[in-house]
Amino acid sequence: MAKKKKEEIRFAPTGIGDVNEGAVQKGVDLPDATDKTHKDLGLSEEQLLAMFEQMYLQRRFEERSMQQYQKGKFGGFLHLYIGQEAISTGTTFALDDEDDIITAYRDHGWGLCRGISAKAGMAELFGKATGSSRGKGGSMHFANAEKKFWGGYGIVGGHIPINAGFAFANKYNANGNISACFFGDGAVDQGALHETLNLAQLWKLPAIFVVENNGYSMGTAAARHTVAEIVDRAKGYNMKSAVINGMDLFSVYEKMKEIADDVRENSEPWFVEIRTYRYRGHSMSDPQKYRTKEELEEYQKIDPIQRLKTYLLENELAKEDQLKEIEDKVEQEVLDAVEFADESPFPEEKELYEDMFVEDDPYFHV
Amino acid sequence: MAELQFREALKHAIDEEMDRDERVFIMGEEVAEYNGAYKVTEGLLDKYGFKRVIDTPISELGFAGLGVGAAMRGLRPIVEFMTFNFAVLAADQIINHATKVKYMTGGQIDCPIVFRGPNASAGQLGATHSVSYDSMYAHFPGLKVIYPSEPGDAKGLLKSAIRDDNPVIFMESEQMYGMKGEVSDAEDFIIPIGKGKIKREGSDVTVVAHGKMYHVAVQAANQLAKDGIECEIIDPRTVKPLDLPLIIESIKKTNRCVLVDEAHPFGGLAAEIGFLIQREAFDYLDAPVQRVCLPDVNAPFSKKLFDAWFPSPKQVIDAVNQVTYRT
Ligand SMILES: Cc1ncc(C[n+]2csc(CCOP(=O)(O)OP(=O)(O)O)c2C)c(N)n1
Ligand SMILES: [Mg+2]
Repeated sequence: MAKKKKEEIRFAPTGIGDVNEGAVQKGVDLPDATDKTHKDLGLSEEQLLAMFEQMYLQRRFEERSMQQYQKGKFGGFLHLYIGQEAISTGTTFALDDEDDIITAYRDHGWGLCRGISAKAGMAELFGKATGSSRGKGGSMHFANAEKKFWGGYGIVGGHIPINAGFAFANKYNANGNISACFFGDGAVDQGALHETLNLAQLWKLPAIFVVENNGYSMGTAAARHTVAEIVDRAKGYNMKSAVINGMDLFSVYEKMKEIADDVRENSEPWFVEIRTYRYRGHSMSDPQKYRTKEELEEYQKIDPIQRLKTYLLENELAKEDQLKEIEDKVEQEVLDAVEFADESPFPEEKELYEDMFVEDDPYFHV
Repeated sequence: MAELQFREALKHAIDEEMDRDERVFIMGEEVAEYNGAYKVTEGLLDKYGFKRVIDTPISELGFAGLGVGAAMRGLRPIVEFMTFNFAVLAADQIINHATKVKYMTGGQIDCPIVFRGPNASAGQLGATHSVSYDSMYAHFPGLKVIYPSEPGDAKGLLKSAIRDDNPVIFMESEQMYGMKGEVSDAEDFIIPIGKGKIKREGSDVTVVAHGKMYHVAVQAANQLAKDGIECEIIDPRTVKPLDLPLIIESIKKTNRCVLVDEAHPFGGLAAEIGFLIQREAFDYLDAPVQRVCLPDVNAPFSKKLFDAWFPSPKQVIDAVNQVTYRT
């Protein structure tokens, strides 16, 4: 192809694409982490250990699932949550078990937090009949309706209005529950978000809308796809808002608890930006030229799991071997899950026609 | 003739048309700096710069509509959707605006725009990423719909689409981007919209298949040939306008027809062609027309269910056996 022509007019902001003026855009700036201790936050030592176990489970589950994917054990997309585990964990501990949660396709961590076993999760990735969605959904559609985890969704922004619907139902039924919706920075650019924020504020819905801003929408840095500070979107809707350090479990827990209490008490929505970082590529085939290795390492240095571990050890809340025991237990749980998934049967062919309608013998056009 | 990948053929078409006409520009998610989610636009940013190769936010409704407006004001946008499964969000702009503005204004305003990207399933991506939309768009007056099966057709038809003064839907497939094929290197190689092609001659049965299904039909035909059954495969290439005369001519010769369509059965292209055949060639048929489609069921994730869901050469063979009374 011919040499590049000089162009004056530009539309999209430039990142790495311009060899002269371009540069890798920084993902996110983290706000300060909370300096509260677990006692200040009302967290018991048992809870801390449970949180550690939960985060470690998410991490190892995904590291193992990646291996299995690379071995060719299953196909489709695989979007890993690694690096963002403090958000799912902090939030599920801050909310009541009766509160609703919904998220996008980066959903494994959320599923594990809300009662999907490592076995059922891994089997879902493998497309097996024993999977949490019986092999029908795969990686992007973990769900556990019993535990009010309403699923992962694959159309960017598509699930945001649905969360308003959960809040509507909770207000309608006056059951005191609230609903929380999680989506990426990329979803902020969808019209669905803006229609929903207006509705939620107008109708005083008990809902939390959370952007997990991990700095990138696929290969596009946040500054290249969206204007201004994401959290400031709330202002236009007169909505309460917050920015949270998503690399720190305590920060997520503290703020999400405050917010949940406020939503429950006043039946008013919140718009929250939690800043975080995904360690892996967008899905499994991403050369990641849009960011630097140094940037990635910067975040890995403040890894949320390591941070909690350090806290536990430094404050003598747990001994090294106690944590090791938890890690070993999780490791075994995940290995068992892989074996379980591998050995589980595929769904029977007739299941293709199941779950389309509520009737036992519905009409299908042929 | 040059041997090119599907994605390269598309890129050459876009490149040649951008080179030829300053008004042509391309936008979509990851088309510029990332060089395209499926590398169709690779190198175009370097060549044409940031003004004409533009990354968009994930705002399908917004950028499709922006494209419509730019087209109404004389530019010639190529709007890339990462897949047509996401173009559902832009349906209002395509269906309510692009297709209707000329008519509503009594012919005052043209809307020369191409909406392109992969259509239908790309393997185990689950229910929301696997729908075939060509028949749906063909339903609406005011749209031309193209879904080619081979690199050569893709290049010639995409160039026509970009030059067309109407809104055009141009569909591809993630699973075909790497597929190689002969592409004419005649200068300004163009294939007119609305012209199908007989891609395999045969006297026993007419098989109509386009897009990804063309390749399923070819596999079936190769298998059947070993059994002495010769399929005539017609690739309509363009869904709308449909090259009906080509199909009817073939049926007059073979007297039998199987339609292969990667859509659900209700109201799909197979349904439409089936109706047209009975209207135009009723007296020539020796057997009822059969079709091979997706079942009336969402795409499952599980490999086992997916394989049962997706139209297979085996199903085409069964249908051919049925219309030739070999079963
Ligand atoms: C409507 C729609 N458009 C495009 C896509 C393709 N897509 C999937 S994920 C993604 C990037 C989203 O990034 P972000 O919202 O920041 O979430 P993250 O992946 O970082 O968790 C894109 C463009 C899609 N799934 N749905
Ligand atoms: Mg993101």
